[in-house]
Amino acid sequence: MPGYAERVKVVGIYIQGGPIGVVVATGGIRRVIEFRAVTKRFEDGTIAVDELDLTVEAGTITVFVGPSGCGKTTSLRMVNRMIDPTSGTILVDGKDVLTVDPPTLRRGIGYVIQQAGLFPHRTVLDNIATVPLLSGWDKRKARTRAAELLEIVGLDANFGKRYPAQLSGGQQQRVGVARALAADPPVLLMDEPFSAVDPVVREDLQNELLRLQAELDKTIVFVTHDIDEALKLGERVAVFQTGGHLAQYARPTELLAAPANDFVASFVGRDRGYRTLTFLHADVPVHPIDTAKLGERITVTDWTLVVDEENRPKGWLSGVDGEVEVREQDLISGGSLYDGTTLRGALDAALSSPSALGVVVDGAGAVTGVVQAGDVIQALAKARAAGEVPK
Amino acid sequence: MTWIFENWERFWEVTEVHLRLSVVPVLIGFVLSIPLGWWANRSQTTRAVLFPLANVLFTIPSIALIVITPVLLGVKILDEINVIVPLVVYTVALMLRSVADALAAVPGNVIAAANAMGFRPLRRFLTVDFPLALPVTIAGLRVATVSNISMVSVGALVGLGGYGQLFTEGYQTDNTPKVLAGLIGTVVLAVLADGLLLLIGRLLTPWARAGR
Repeated sequence: MPGYAERVKVVGIYIQGGPIGVVVATGGIRRVIEFRAVTKRFEDGTIAVDELDLTVEAGTITVFVGPSGCGKTTSLRMVNRMIDPTSGTILVDGKDVLTVDPPTLRRGIGYVIQQAGLFPHRTVLDNIATVPLLSGWDKRKARTRAAELLEIVGLDANFGKRYPAQLSGGQQQRVGVARALAADPPVLLMDEPFSAVDPVVREDLQNELLRLQAELDKTIVFVTHDIDEALKLGERVAVFQTGGHLAQYARPTELLAAPANDFVASFVGRDRGYRTLTFLHADVPVHPIDTAKLGERITVTDWTLVVDEENRPKGWLSGVDGEVEVREQDLISGGSLYDGTTLRGALDAALSSPSALGVVVDGAGAVTGVVQAGDVIQALAKARAAGEVPK
Repeated sequence: MTWIFENWERFWEVTEVHLRLSVVPVLIGFVLSIPLGWWANRSQTTRAVLFPLANVLFTIPSIALIVITPVLLGVKILDEINVIVPLVVYTVALMLRSVADALAAVPGNVIAAANAMGFRPLRRFLTVDFPLALPVTIAGLRVATVSNISMVSVGALVGLGGYGQLFTEGYQTDNTPKVLAGLIGTVVLAVLADGLLLLIGRLLTPWARAGR
């Protein structure tokens, strides 16, 4: 499985938290989705998708990204026949979807919709059990399976009896993912699933999806208008352009390094050079730093990092002369922390720190030293020289 | 009140008739309004025809409809059908809109999710759309039921039973307690029926109050 191994290398940094207790096997079923000259023209004459040729590789997360009206959602919905193409063929594992009756086809394809779209009148457990019940499983088996999935998506068992309205947006979307996975479909379609939740929860859900995918190995098509999300989740990213054209279909690093046209270049953003750092792993020298604990009396000369009992960073101390007592109210809050993974994290830690020194932490969150922006730039130059940055 | 206790058998008899004449049309009207409401929600044309028609029907005075019904249906003037049919018409006229609006208010992404999960149309209607439309539908049903309970009395003018008989007889014999008994009966019945429907609605839709 070359695609899989590569993905772990590229975005492996996001798979944190270790293995989970429950393993759901797909039995090695891997499905390819092929679009062959697919066009969708709506009744009013607008062309939503124009001659789309694209192959979604088995066992990968492929992201369709683009501005609104670019045909990304229409393309997704043609896979499970929520929309039928005007011309062209869509094959799932070699089988033309138009030859399968829509409800039967859909029960074999997981679907996660915007804002979860949970059934408000059904408990969380019953929501998750929807597809198994539709497919004729007996109630007990469906419930057992639903309870299992609740655990897989990281929700406590007592959520099972609640109604969707009693859950937060992020929890609802976890249930949405569990519901899509219930019948263990080899293919998962995700239609802007995380767009309605706040950024912190969105990041959680994205990491969760990557963690799940590392175990489940599904063929996932993910639609978003957020390029950051696309670059983070996608092993392959299809950038759609207004008018339903596929502008570029490539790996994230290629997309950043070599945009196919001006549209793609502007869509991936002015800061694509900075984004490229996300995909680079290089050694940045870690310098020692003076630390102090609250209540200690120290002599401050330059920036001093204040830590707690477990050596975790609390904030910076500066602007005082001579011997002082370290007090909580004198601390200047720090920037982001660098966990030793990507160059982007290192640069961001350095740039966001009030002392211009990026705090480096280990797995337990304890301070191991600091990094400087200049060192990151040098590491980047080294990576370029070594040919790690695609041209 | 004393009239009610002194004439308990008579009072109970008219209560029974009144209840039957108001509840039967509500049930029939409710059942009819579900497919009609579904249809109105699906097609703009149907909506454009059914809604104004329902409004017009609702504005026909009940006495006129009760008098005309035997002529139209060719039944005897004293048949209970003469009250039941007009009240079914009123119930449908009221409920049609409730059902259509309730179905229209089912969130689009819930419907899309149901379709994407592989529901077939009938099962989706019975297990997703209709249950979600219940709170609004039941609110409409409560209005229709109370309005029917009040309107059944008109049937007494063409000689049919119910509390209306207590009004006409009491008026003719100058017996105010009898009129009041009919009034109390109507109000109590309406309040009880409304409360019962409220309770049924709550039992059927526990999710509707499961807020954050």
